[in-house]
Amino acid sequence: MADEHKDIDAVTGTATTGHDWDGIRELNTPLPRWWLWSFYACIIWAVGYWVVYPAWPLLTNSTQGITGWHARSAVVADLDALKAQRGPMVDKLNNASVAEIAKDPQLTDFARAVGRPAFADNCAPCHGAGGGGTKGYPNLNDDDWLWGGTLAAIEQTIRHGARSGDKDDHEGNMPAFGRDGILKAPQISAVADYVRSLSGLSTEPGIDLGIGKKVFADNCALCHGPDGKGNRELGAPNLTDKIWLYASDKETIMEGIRNGRGAVMPAWNGRLNESTIKALTVYVYSLGGGEK
Amino acid sequence: MSLWHKHAIFEKNSIVLIIGILIVIAIGGLVEIVPLFYLKNTIEKVEGVRPYSPLELAGRNIYVREGCYLCHSQMIRPLRDEVERYGHYSLAAESIYDRPFQWGSKRTGPDLARVGGKYSDDWHRDHLYDPRSVVPGSVMPAYGFLRETDLDYQNIAQDLKVQALLGVPYTAADIENATKDVVTQSTTDSPDAADLAKRYSKIQARDFDGNPNRVSEADALIAYLQLLGTQVDFKLYDDKANIR
Repeated sequence: MADEHKDIDAVTGTATTGHDWDGIRELNTPLPRWWLWSFYACIIWAVGYWVVYPAWPLLTNSTQGITGWHARSAVVADLDALKAQRGPMVDKLNNASVAEIAKDPQLTDFARAVGRPAFADNCAPCHGAGGGGTKGYPNLNDDDWLWGGTLAAIEQTIRHGARSGDKDDHEGNMPAFGRDGILKAPQISAVADYVRSLSGLSTEPGIDLGIGKKVFADNCALCHGPDGKGNRELGAPNLTDKIWLYASDKETIMEGIRNGRGAVMPAWNGRLNESTIKALTVYVYSLGGGEK
Repeated sequence: MSLWHKHAIFEKNSIVLIIGILIVIAIGGLVEIVPLFYLKNTIEKVEGVRPYSPLELAGRNIYVREGCYLCHSQMIRPLRDEVERYGHYSLAAESIYDRPFQWGSKRTGPDLARVGGKYSDDWHRDHLYDPRSVVPGSVMPAYGFLRETDLDYQNIAQDLKVQALLGVPYTAADIENATKDVVTQSTTDSPDAADLAKRYSKIQARDFDGNPNRVSEADALIAYLQLLGTQVDFKLYDDKANIR
């Protein structure tokens, strides 16, 4: 083979390939031994791999390997091992109602520990890393709840969502009073001022709040209540407190009256498993605003 | 002359060399690619996967156009951590109508294989137009222009035709109604929604971008995102039966 070329380069003392291009010759420096042997070792390793793992395609299936390893059964086994590792506490979460979990301090701690990372992955994109919310997404740390802050109410909201299309979701939209021609621009302006006055915010000077009050009684009171304290059955916010889902400035309020509001919370039943939903319920409940 | 010296035939004749290269590569292809078309452990049919509706397809085109795949994969690998975070591992059949597929493992942003239904349309709007308004630490660019750009869907029927040529089972009615379907799916409570739902199972039809006056690129992209990973009902899927 290569040894047949005994043509030795005089300068380096290394064999050449024997090719000659107009007097230019090419050195045939041998591969380093360590590299060559590593290469052979890799080939031998590959043969071992064919035996142990699924490898060669045959007529209807591939060779399965003597270990029977399969990516899908491996992940099933990994998940089973994880379940065993988390132990009986997860079973307890699965079997207990949220009320029972809340009564058991040890289980509550466990639920909160499970709930925190689940919240960070699934809920934080809308409700914020600490549940602080942002414009259009409710703050979960306070005691002002759109759909109720008891354990049962929180669980219901997480499971079925709001306006999510789930058959047990929370329903109730703020109509688009302006866009659908129910109210005229001056009426919207007047009622926005009246709504601001409910929580003691400043109104435009010299305005007659009576006009807004009348518009409110005729159009808004049905859901938000005659005194504007809201209605959790419909998710109609309390308008008399200092907490605003969108913003308290008049333009934002008028925008809501004109175009309506109807923020969607997705339903998590099915997407998250039982223990995670219960853990999230307890976690959210414990953020600070949970109601008895 | 030993066998070694016959090598000179390849080195001295380019045509012979090209033929030699083709034969060697063809062997590689036959061994590595062809079996994927018939091995039973690489082919899986799954209940529920349907072709993209015209609006979803247009959204997918925007997804590809904007290079979303550079940061987001659509492939949940069968690994414990991924299944714990994103949900059931992806099945090959779930991307059967994806041309090109959106698999990958480089995730500057999270995997999107099961993002459908995870967030509200409102959230997708806020997040696409100004990611930091909802996720303060996000490094995603803002795509505010999507809401101001009308979706160019006049030729979407052609797009469906090409997909059909490639083997996607669009019916004649799908292609005929393609342009109308875009409008129907991006309208809340459209009277034609029932017909659309007959042809595309479990389709979500509503005004995705919150602006009923126009069909914007945001409508299409959000429709596509809300579909991702929602087609297969994993309550009915038997993991163990499908280990082959």
